[in-house]
Amino acid sequence: MNTLVDPRAIAMNPDAQASQWKLTWRAFRKHKLALASLVIVVLFYLIGAFAEFVAPFDPESTSSRNIYHPPQGIHLIDWGEDGSWAIRPYVQGMTIKRDPISLSATYEPDPNRKIYLSLFGQGQPYTMWGLIQSDRHLLTSADLDEAFFLLGTDRLGRDVLSRTIHGARISMSIGLMGVTLSLLIGVFLGGVSGYYGGTIDMVVQRVVELILSLPTIPIWLGLSAALPQDWSPLTRYFAITVILSLVGWTELARVVRGRFLSLRMEDFVIAARLDGGSQGRVIFRHMLPSMASHIIASVTLAIPAMIIAETALSFIGLGLTPPIISWGVLLKEAQNIRSIAQAPWLFAPGVAVCIAVLAFNFLGDGLRDAADPYTNERH
Amino acid sequence: MITYVIRRLIWAIPFLFAASLVAFALITLPPGDYVTTMAQTLAESGDQVDQARLAALRARYGLDQPLIVQYFMWIGGVLQGDFGMSFEWNQPVADLIWERLGLSFILEFSTLIFAWGVALPIGVYSAVRKYSVGDYVASVLGFLGLALPNFLIALVLMYIAVVHFGTDVTGLFSPQYRDAPWSWAKFTNLLAHLWIPVIILGTSTTASLIRIMRANLLDELSKPYVVTARAKGLSEWKLILKYPVRLALNPFVSTIGWAFPQLISGAVITAYVLSLPTAGPLMLQALLAQDMYLAGAFILLLCCFSIVGMLISDILLALVDPRIRFR
Amino acid sequence: MANESEAAALPILEIDGLVTEFATSRGAFRAVDGISLTLHRGKTLCVVGESGSGKSVMARSILQIVDQPGRIVEGSIEFNAVRGSDRVIDLAKLDPRSKIMRGIRGRDIAMIFQEPMSSLSPVHKIGDQVGEVIRLHERLSKKQAKEKTVELLRKVEIANPESAVDRYPFEFSGGMRQRAMIAMALACNPSILIADEPTTALDVTIQAEILALIRSLQTSSDMAVLFITHDMGVVAEIADEIAVMRFGKVVEQGNVFEVFAEPKHPYTQGLLQSVRDLDRPSPRRLEMRQSKPLGEARLISQKVRKEFPLSSGFLGRKKDVLIAVNDADLELLSGENFGIVGESGSGKTTLGRCLQRIYNVTSGSILYQDETGQSIDLAPLKDRELKQPWRDIRMVFQDPFASLNPRMTVGQIIAEPLVTAGGMSGKDIDARVRELLDLVGLPSSAASRYPHAFSGGQRQRISIARAIAPNPRVIIADEATSALDVSLRTQVLDLLLDLQEKLDLSFILISHDISVIRYFCDRIAVMYRGRIVETGPTEEVCSNPSHDYTRSLLSAVPVADPTKRGTMQRLRYREQA
Repeated sequence: MNTLVDPRAIAMNPDAQASQWKLTWRAFRKHKLALASLVIVVLFYLIGAFAEFVAPFDPESTSSRNIYHPPQGIHLIDWGEDGSWAIRPYVQGMTIKRDPISLSATYEPDPNRKIYLSLFGQGQPYTMWGLIQSDRHLLTSADLDEAFFLLGTDRLGRDVLSRTIHGARISMSIGLMGVTLSLLIGVFLGGVSGYYGGTIDMVVQRVVELILSLPTIPIWLGLSAALPQDWSPLTRYFAITVILSLVGWTELARVVRGRFLSLRMEDFVIAARLDGGSQGRVIFRHMLPSMASHIIASVTLAIPAMIIAETALSFIGLGLTPPIISWGVLLKEAQNIRSIAQAPWLFAPGVAVCIAVLAFNFLGDGLRDAADPYTNERH
Repeated sequence: MITYVIRRLIWAIPFLFAASLVAFALITLPPGDYVTTMAQTLAESGDQVDQARLAALRARYGLDQPLIVQYFMWIGGVLQGDFGMSFEWNQPVADLIWERLGLSFILEFSTLIFAWGVALPIGVYSAVRKYSVGDYVASVLGFLGLALPNFLIALVLMYIAVVHFGTDVTGLFSPQYRDAPWSWAKFTNLLAHLWIPVIILGTSTTASLIRIMRANLLDELSKPYVVTARAKGLSEWKLILKYPVRLALNPFVSTIGWAFPQLISGAVITAYVLSLPTAGPLMLQALLAQDMYLAGAFILLLCCFSIVGMLISDILLALVDPRIRFR
Repeated sequence: MANESEAAALPILEIDGLVTEFATSRGAFRAVDGISLTLHRGKTLCVVGESGSGKSVMARSILQIVDQPGRIVEGSIEFNAVRGSDRVIDLAKLDPRSKIMRGIRGRDIAMIFQEPMSSLSPVHKIGDQVGEVIRLHERLSKKQAKEKTVELLRKVEIANPESAVDRYPFEFSGGMRQRAMIAMALACNPSILIADEPTTALDVTIQAEILALIRSLQTSSDMAVLFITHDMGVVAEIADEIAVMRFGKVVEQGNVFEVFAEPKHPYTQGLLQSVRDLDRPSPRRLEMRQSKPLGEARLISQKVRKEFPLSSGFLGRKKDVLIAVNDADLELLSGENFGIVGESGSGKTTLGRCLQRIYNVTSGSILYQDETGQSIDLAPLKDRELKQPWRDIRMVFQDPFASLNPRMTVGQIIAEPLVTAGGMSGKDIDARVRELLDLVGLPSSAASRYPHAFSGGQRQRISIARAIAPNPRVIIADEATSALDVSLRTQVLDLLLDLQEKLDLSFILISHDISVIRYFCDRIAVMYRGRIVETGPTEEVCSNPSHDYTRSLLSAVPVADPTKRGTMQRLRYREQA
């Protein structure tokens, strides 16, 4: 027997005891953009969850004095008349000027009025999640009678920032809920299709192909147009979620099926079968962990499509409708060319959509690259 | 090859059938039927409701019959070019849809050509000059194109055009041509307006096609046959264009299959924002008014468009890839 | 100008101190580290080395077609036979994209590769790909080029060359594709042919044909051949000179007869030793059989047949079937090592998987004699009922990377069959895992690590530990050593023999490699196109085969001894229609 290689010598690799999640996390961390996107996504969900607290005002409170009020920038440093200064954030107050002939209103900054801002101050009372009553907000004006509009107001004088923040709750959650539903359908049908193969597989495949070959938006539109007009906003919200996921599950089903098919014939899965594991054990202990990271990546990439779909449906008037506030509902305000010419800040929810969608895309891309930390090593 | 095409054609039939079922389901989904909706509308506007006329309409569409009979009556009519009546317009649906569908098709087809024409060279460049400045610029633009919903781009463009240039970018024709019969002048006028919706509609498709082309080509560039070609003494660009690009085209061609349905989808909303005289806005209007025969006809025909698009992409794929042709 | 004989004596290619580096995130990696070689007209230089020795990078450096980000940083490659010039050119100094470098590629120096399928473009016709080289380097019209292409295809013995030019690579068999590659390489009568493992992906009978073809072409054109391989048998078959590479360096070079007779470097000695060890029955095994003779039948396959549906028609109707295993009969005795040998597509793996009952069997029976002496037919059993038989009959897979779940620790992997059986406490399982690791020669600290920390040979040991965990009585090893370098093969086989001595085990070893079978197995079955064509004691079959196919297979196996070159007569087997 030759002794060129000592079988007892194991490479003292620092990764030797690193589990899959550790390796995935390590690979993921290298994508700075994906990491930043993760922070943004988490932030958006936190904002959505605590919308009442984060928003400075009640999104429904109107103010006839402040119609199409332009945004006010925050000044951090307060210069005194005598040149002294202090860090005390404020916004410049504005006064309304009415053109005597056309009666159209214009806002002009009033150098004498400073509206000071404070953190965690008292403002309009609210009930969060139907449970917690409070009147503390993240940002309020020091003087309760003074309003400030960081992103301006709409045609009824409602604060666009507060509305966008409340829109985050609905728009971000509908993406998540829709994807969860699609995932359930997709994993179930894709898994059954991939694991059992044969006729079941063929039928599921044909259905997936059919749905993929149909244009989704007309179908979404048709389905939501068919919803009874008298449903409550909440029922409508769930119905729209279901409609989105009814069409959106196909991609996930394809991913799951593909992974199942390739994994089913992998040696280590066959080995698990031969080790005497029950079908459940083989699937849940051996196959699913290998798919989990791929599924998470696909889910992340599917969420932005859902968000865009909701926005588009609501924008057209066939999705969510007021009093529900979503980014799409808000953008409906910006449909009229005259109103956006007058108040371009009505695009703010659109910017939020873009940031959210971009963040999800970068995050999903980073996750997909990191999903299989073992690919580089083979061959 | 011919047997392949015939096989694909036969495969399309169940799909078309399924699409017709979907369209019909959407027609019958809203509560009440066509005639009750119409009676309601008439009553609301204070008109006299003629019971005899309603009964005649019911009989014509078989509304008192079971669903399956209604379906066959409807599809039988569709096959003869009769899509039912639009109560909102009080006209046969067939008279309303064809010109708009034609314009839709022109818009979507031009967009596809545009997306291809832009994505192909940029994708090739990005892959060959991986991690160069140009590649990064293309990637960033690609991501933006994917993330921005079409209708937002349309809105922003409209805003810029109105506020900064004082022009209107909506519609496909100048006012004087809007209701004019077709002429050469009208056609050139169409071309002059078409590019804006094409660019708006094409952004996301172009962006994803660039990413697909880049990924495909990167895959192909590392294949052994590229080394073989290099060892033959071919020059770098020539060999890249002849071998890996040629192979990367195959999956690229098959993207038409899904890109076309997506374009049809996207066109509905973009057209709505830009008030184009295409299928989308009229379909929306019909859906909002629950004018279901009109809406159903649009849904059915758009589905057919996209199935035919799939079919064409499969046939093209077989043309460029001998491995599929010979199977 | 130098006269003829002087020119012939000059080396045609002289590599001196060549260094090729790959820039990585952890600094430069030297794949080729100061190599010097010379190549002579009409001679064959074989470069041997195990995977990762840098031999392929060295070959590609000559034509400057190293994959990104590799580049030559030092050394010279002097080439002295550029067509139409008597200058000596240093290839290492040329710009990889320059016209002169491109002119040399394919015309003066041609190259063929390991994977004939992926080395040809799948969507271009054979004639187009071969003719391209001619059109590129010689001023010929399209028609002339096509005629020449047909001529070339005929020269490499491709049947019906006139119609073959219009066919696509996927319509060719592996051997035919490699012939087409050779035709492409020879198109412009190059003075050097670089062959990078051209037969590794091919079956041994086809390998023999390709080697014969290269040799005959070389003698007719006085071309120099640089042949890269890891197989000592191939070296002995064709080399004039040999260079042994390891870790990017040449550790030994010289005349092939001298090196084989008297290897100087310990690495070469080890390499040759492991090849020669494998070329005879294991003495350990023979000894064991003396002390413990074989018992009675433990696993019997009777008329086992396995069909796969070839194409399923509309709605999954079966149209055509492939008979992968055609009525296979065999008998495994207790304490015996039984070998199944065959080329790709012979059905040997399918048969193994049928015996293991991974696949359902189309017809036939698999009788297993369990510990109590009871005979069970495994063929009709369902997964649920196979639980016990699967604990008695275990499998070791070919690919040590694919067969271990990368997401579980080695301890968890080995414990899996113990956990599913139930009835053992966690502590008992831990102790058993440590015991098993020790049996296969791994430290117990391995249990807490993940498979990616281990090398191929070590992973195969882990696989074996998992296989023996539930005290099995039969182990089916499917190509268990083919993914390993030759020096590791004997180690793994010896480990299996060790285990056989300690435990009551019978083995079925499936392999395409006759030397592995010969070393390890008492009896063998030879498979060809789904059928077992011959069964018998290993030595008897190897020395005196009765079936024509076995004869042709044995005659194609290269012998790792250059002095025996040409003594074996090649037999070709053509199945009677």
